[in-house]
Amino acid sequence: MSRLDFEDVTVRYGHHTVLDGVSLSVPAHQIMGLVGESGSGKSTLARAAVGLAPLASGRVLLDGQPVRHQGRRRPIQMVFQDPFSSLDPRMSIGRSIAEALPERLRRAPQRAEIARLLELVHLDPGRAADSPGRLSGGQRQRVAIARALAGRPDVVLADEITSALDVSVQGAILNLVREMQRETGLTVLFISHNLAVVRYVATHVAVMAGGRIVEQGPTAEVFSGPASDYTRELLASIPGPAGGDVRQRSPESGANHDN
Amino acid sequence: MRRHRPEVLRTPVGIVGVTLLTVLVLLAVLAPLLWGDRATATNTGNMLAGPSPEHWAGTDNLGRDILFRTLVATRLSLVLTLVATTLGVGLGLLLGLAPLLLPQRLGRLVVAFVNVLLGFPSLLMVLFLAVILGVSTTSALLAIGIAIAPPFARLVHALGAGVTERDFVAAARIAGVPPARIMVRHVLPNVAEPLVVNATVTASSVLLAFGGLSFLGIGVQAPQYDWGRLMQDGLAIIYDNPLAALAPGIAFVLTGLAFNLTGEAAAGTFGAKSRSRMRWPAPASPRPGTRDDADLAADRDGLVLDVRDLAVTFPGPDGPIPPVRGVSIALRAGEAVGVVGESGSGKSMTALAVAQLVEEPGRVTAERLAFCATDLRSGRRAAHDALLGTSLAVVFQDPMTSLNPVLRVGTQLGEAARRHQGLTRRQASARAADRLRAVHLAEPERRLRQYPHEFSGGMRQRAMIAMGLMGTPRLIVADEPTTALDMTVQRQVLDVLQEVRREHGTALLLISHDVSVVSSVCDRVLVMYAGRIVEDLPSADLHTQARHPYTRALIGAVPDMTTDLDAPLATIAGQPVDPRHVPDGCAFAARCPLVTDRCRQEEPTLQAGPVGAVACWHVDDPIPAETEEVAVG
Ligand SMILES: Nc1ncnc2c1ncn2[C@@H]1O[C@H](COP(=O)(O)OP(=O)(O)OP(=O)(O)O)[C@@H](O)[C@H]1O
Ligand code: SF4
Ligand SMILES: [Mg+2]
Repeated sequence: MSRLDFEDVTVRYGHHTVLDGVSLSVPAHQIMGLVGESGSGKSTLARAAVGLAPLASGRVLLDGQPVRHQGRRRPIQMVFQDPFSSLDPRMSIGRSIAEALPERLRRAPQRAEIARLLELVHLDPGRAADSPGRLSGGQRQRVAIARALAGRPDVVLADEITSALDVSVQGAILNLVREMQRETGLTVLFISHNLAVVRYVATHVAVMAGGRIVEQGPTAEVFSGPASDYTRELLASIPGPAGGDVRQRSPESGANHDN
Repeated sequence: MRRHRPEVLRTPVGIVGVTLLTVLVLLAVLAPLLWGDRATATNTGNMLAGPSPEHWAGTDNLGRDILFRTLVATRLSLVLTLVATTLGVGLGLLLGLAPLLLPQRLGRLVVAFVNVLLGFPSLLMVLFLAVILGVSTTSALLAIGIAIAPPFARLVHALGAGVTERDFVAAARIAGVPPARIMVRHVLPNVAEPLVVNATVTASSVLLAFGGLSFLGIGVQAPQYDWGRLMQDGLAIIYDNPLAALAPGIAFVLTGLAFNLTGEAAAGTFGAKSRSRMRWPAPASPRPGTRDDADLAADRDGLVLDVRDLAVTFPGPDGPIPPVRGVSIALRAGEAVGVVGESGSGKSMTALAVAQLVEEPGRVTAERLAFCATDLRSGRRAAHDALLGTSLAVVFQDPMTSLNPVLRVGTQLGEAARRHQGLTRRQASARAADRLRAVHLAEPERRLRQYPHEFSGGMRQRAMIAMGLMGTPRLIVADEPTTALDMTVQRQVLDVLQEVRREHGTALLLISHDVSVVSSVCDRVLVMYAGRIVEDLPSADLHTQARHPYTRALIGAVPDMTTDLDAPLATIAGQPVDPRHVPDGCAFAARCPLVTDRCRQEEPTLQAGPVGAVACWHVDDPIPAETEEVAVG
């Protein structure tokens, strides 16, 4: 089991309350999407779970136990939005991954483990010595995913991991996330502003506004029968023919889609 | 790039600086060994002599040779400079890094302390400390070390704060790497270059400061001597023997020059690599003979932006690298044109070239490059800067690198308005608040007083847009302005851009990899692949009339609210083209399901069709249903 629970989590920066008593339960071995307006506190919620944001009150529980932010093994790992800032430009990608390994290994087993992780994210293990500067955005994001998996986490928090990527690469990363989750049974909190993307990867979804969760439930239910006005507004603002007014789309464009 | 000689040595400035430094170090090591005796040998028979063949610079009041004394003093002068600099740099590192390691409150105290110290003029501080600590070489060393620490600490803090903001530091923290090790492993290596440069330049002022103290008699004490003391001795007899004071003076100048030139050359190489964007005047067209047809010229009058055959090239080890290869864009007032394509297709480079912001050593060429009927390829650079500064707004993809992490958002927004529009501080800040409100940031007055890291990703991007809207631009070039935004705010930001277009007739060049964003905002869409436009069509027709196989694949790769949840997403097989190796023929051939031999040999050009223009030999062929799905990335 690896259920992640936020219990009444409040985060304040100065007098500014960013998270206001958030309670959210991320079901074990599932991908839960988290959507909501910019500045609503999505990233802060994820950062609170890994100890990067200070809790003013409330608890973060992993299978009912408070999450510890000390020691070498960290059961919760995070993947960030910007593939260009999430890898140290002065470190080879192999070393970046090695840094996240929970225990210190000797050289040969360490190299084998790095190779295994790189293969897991469909990167050539021979590139372990490359610096991030030589990788494309999509490749860097794969490295960042490999680094998160290196910590043998129970839960992975993915904060807008495809929004800086090209649509063609985005597709590949989304396929990878689904495949990875299926193979390892990870629990994933998948933050995204793109509802179509969340609908595609996540079985459950939570909607945030103004530092609170306004709605949560199975993705299909929330998107087909939104209970809160804010969710309705979100669904209505999906831009262009690819989204909101799908129903009015001409049949050819649907056909295009299948190629 | 392969290994070359160190970059500092590539410029004449650097060569001179490093050569001088080497000579000085050699002198410091050898001079006392070779000439130590002669520099201290007194000769009461030959005191205060002028220059002579035995004593080129004359002798001092004990008959010692001034030239040799100057040469021998190199060691002490340099050693003191280095020790004081090291001391100051070390102290500065401690004070600068402490706020990043300590709990927030304590950290703020340290910052405040440093700020107070910065308020003292450093010379005053040196004198003050030298007097308090008593007169000795050690106390002079301490005084100077302490005096140079605060500015250095501030630099360390600013640079370090920029790095600790980055996600790789957060990732290391999540992985359980202890804070001190994060500093050593991740932060310091990433700020080392500018710090080294700064330390080098600081060394030259330390040299002068130390000389100054010795000259005043509160530095090096007899019988030791450095150049400062020699200068003081020399000054007493300057009318009898000017060289007595000049010789150590020249030593000062040369050493200061050595430090400064080396530092400057190093800073230059560092600056070229940093993200700071530099304006580059486009050189004149390679084909100066090209004329506009008369009627064409008339038609082009109303254009805000008129670009024809734009190319950007960078020098590469195996020949020039062309990320943009002949792009033409014409934009009327109020018109919105979108550019879509994969990363590396040349979208951003096109935008930078239009804004005259291509970094060195990039070269921009164009048959025509006119903004508001002004030819940007010729004429005065200052005039262009003024025109671009007031009439062109650029919103960049990466707001964290475009906003300065150590300045308040309000200061940064106000700065441009005060420079270009001559607003007062108060007017500028009112305008800034108004603009933040226009991009739908709540509580703009409070936000103006915050630093960029206190904003969420989406807020930073909106702050960038607000900065672009401080004036009333004729053209907005927006490079991925909404990538970090959620749907509602994305909608709002796009609405803001639309509002500006409607009210002021501003033209918009919107660059994005998100086909749906572009098609919902723009009148026309240009699809770029490998540095060329491969399709140009009205955005209303994008989903139904796209004819280029690449455009069709791009549209197919975006999940929408009807995507089949059980199948993997469609991706475009293969890799984007590396601009270093652009293939002959159609650049998309390696990934195209319709490719034929003709595609691999002849490059298709843009041909007008019923609704737009497209560059493909097989535009109307159906795409085979069984496209292989291979992951890209
Ligand atoms: N270090 C900080 N200091 C002060 N305020 C902060 C800090 N980090 C975040 N905030 C504030 O917290 C709020 C929520 O920010 P957060 O980054 O969680 O938003 P988000 O939902 O992820 O938005 P986006 O979609 O734009 O990334 C914002 O009001 C922001 O200004
Ligand atoms: S020209 Fe040929 S290879 Fe290029 S896009 Fe058209 S069909 Fe494909
Ligand atoms: Mg965020």
